[in-house]
Amino acid sequence: MIRKDARVLLEVQGLCAKVGGADIVKGLDLVVRAGEVHAIMGPNGSGKSTFAKALAGHPAYEVTGGTVTFDGKNLFEMTPEVRARAGLFLGFQYPVEIPGVSNSAFLRLAYNTMRAARGRDELDPLEFDDYVREKMKLLEMDAAFLDRSVNEGFSGGEKKRNEILQMALLEPRLAILDETDSGLDIDALRVVATGVNRLATSDNAVVLVTHYQRMLNYIVPDYVHVMGGGRIIRTGGKVLAEELESRGYDWVKAA
Amino acid sequence: MNAITAQHPYIESLLKGYEMPRSGISWLNQRRSRALERANALTVPTTRDEEWRFTDVAPLTKVNFRPAADVVRLAMSDISGYVIPEAPARLVFVDGLFAPELSDHAGLPSGVVVSNLAAALGVHAAVMEPHLARHAEYEREVFTALNTARLRDGAFVWMPRNQKCAAPVQLLFVATQAEAAAYPRCLVIAEAGSECTVVEDYVSLGDAIHFNDAVTEVVVGEGARVRHVRVQREAEGAFHIAACAASLAKDARYASHTVTLGARLSRLNLGIVQHGDGVEVELDGLALIAGRQLADTHSLVDHARPHGRCRQVHKCIVDGGAHAVFNGKILVRPGAQLTDSSQQSRSLLLSDRAHVDMKPQLEIFADDVKCAHGAAIGQLDAEQLFYLKSRGLSDSRARNLLTYAFAAEVIDRIPVPSLVERLKQTVLVRTQAVA
Repeated sequence: MIRKDARVLLEVQGLCAKVGGADIVKGLDLVVRAGEVHAIMGPNGSGKSTFAKALAGHPAYEVTGGTVTFDGKNLFEMTPEVRARAGLFLGFQYPVEIPGVSNSAFLRLAYNTMRAARGRDELDPLEFDDYVREKMKLLEMDAAFLDRSVNEGFSGGEKKRNEILQMALLEPRLAILDETDSGLDIDALRVVATGVNRLATSDNAVVLVTHYQRMLNYIVPDYVHVMGGGRIIRTGGKVLAEELESRGYDWVKAA
Repeated sequence: MNAITAQHPYIESLLKGYEMPRSGISWLNQRRSRALERANALTVPTTRDEEWRFTDVAPLTKVNFRPAADVVRLAMSDISGYVIPEAPARLVFVDGLFAPELSDHAGLPSGVVVSNLAAALGVHAAVMEPHLARHAEYEREVFTALNTARLRDGAFVWMPRNQKCAAPVQLLFVATQAEAAAYPRCLVIAEAGSECTVVEDYVSLGDAIHFNDAVTEVVVGEGARVRHVRVQREAEGAFHIAACAASLAKDARYASHTVTLGARLSRLNLGIVQHGDGVEVELDGLALIAGRQLADTHSLVDHARPHGRCRQVHKCIVDGGAHAVFNGKILVRPGAQLTDSSQQSRSLLLSDRAHVDMKPQLEIFADDVKCAHGAAIGQLDAEQLFYLKSRGLSDSRARNLLTYAFAAEVIDRIPVPSLVERLKQTVLVRTQAVA
């Protein structure tokens, strides 16, 4: 939902970032306000995922220029964990497996860290168990996933549901979902999209990073941005995504 | 014949004043005498010995250890933190001496024998004769020779043919006195078709510097199954040198879980010999050490017969100026065809001063076998670390959690739930302490 007077959550100006010595993001500008859903689209190698990871603070992604203000603060003065506690969430394209750490312990630790950051009391394991089971219903997840090691042996769809479960628990102000639709069959896509829609409010914002338009049939964006050569080269509404679907990315480049 | 004429002054000091018990069992007297001869002849190993290259036992020889002079009477409340509630039988030894008032074997199925060794020798000598001091090698190993020469008491577990006991038997060795040396001896006989779980647990009350020279022999009969858990969580100043020899008959299954948390210097020689076709072996090892600790595990899996399967995982977590050693040898003898044996060793170094020596050794003399080994030494996985931090966990919290997970993977496979919980709690405390 676009409200011109809504608070600015994210302001990116002239962002440049490199990974493995190569310049990938080259002067990216973006403003995201509370209540908005943005889609960042573009072909492989256009810099979408690099942008997402640089915002979250992945150590392999080096920011070489530009500024990013998150909720009024300089994002680059914050470590990845401080960004997370301030309300930035990255839904991973490839969620990491952590054998030996039970999913329930991990989720509780993350949740309680966020509670503490917001000045609220931590939940004990029993209280948390009740709470997380409620949230799992939203994503039609079996409670058995609590007892397994984090993401270990999860299918692609299960890993993505687990990401959105974390989003549901952590209640971020800004969620960047990196290729959350990849590897999902149509049922899983519907469940994940329904989950995201329920979590979107007028106080938070969602940035969907995606190659394909199909997720946007379920999560309707207010803005669609097309990346090319490390920058946003075109911005439009939902209709732009449909045009991309039928005409491909080359058409935007030519424009 | 039983004179102490040790070549090495430290061996002499350990044997000083020792009088060999005169038992009426001649085979035992003979074995003890032979072991004493060997202890007299052998010297304390140095780093010039290939088998002790990485482990300098000099700190041990600086302490004048003596068998405990006094009997320390403990109450159940002193050891309750170590008691495994699900165990139907528990033998407790204090400074090497059997403590019947702390032991219990009321919950055992009839026919199963769990007894202190000295008492068992009076009743079951015929069952023990083919095995006691027959599997643990004392001809060349001075500490095994010492233990055997001093063989007096310890634990005896006998599972007669086809007897099964799902619940674990606990053998708890408690050290309390400074400069006390103990020579605990265990013999586990699982006859054909039987099944049991044995937990050997070495603990200290307080921080006394003591020495355990422990030897365990495990005999797994045809088609029998033994799960063997060995926990060494002694005081940080303690010395612990141990040998565990397992002998496996046809189709035997043996799973070993060794957890090393304690002692200033510890060494475990783990030897598994496959005497029959088609055995199945699982070896899990974990050493979690810090400060000035040294933990050395030497394992030998001897595939002397065909169709043996073995899966071994050994992990070390080393912090501070600690030093871990792992030497894992897999021997496939001529004719041991269709052996399938794998070994993985992984180590985590948590400080710049931490040190690990890993030496995988594959010696293969058969041509139709599958053997693999992998060794990795490193730091924590950067992607896992970032994933946790991206969820708000602090750097130290994330590192501790991953360190914990590295250890928990091994502990989770221990088949005794209450012990798993307690060890995980210990590891949790330890890994948070190393922030």
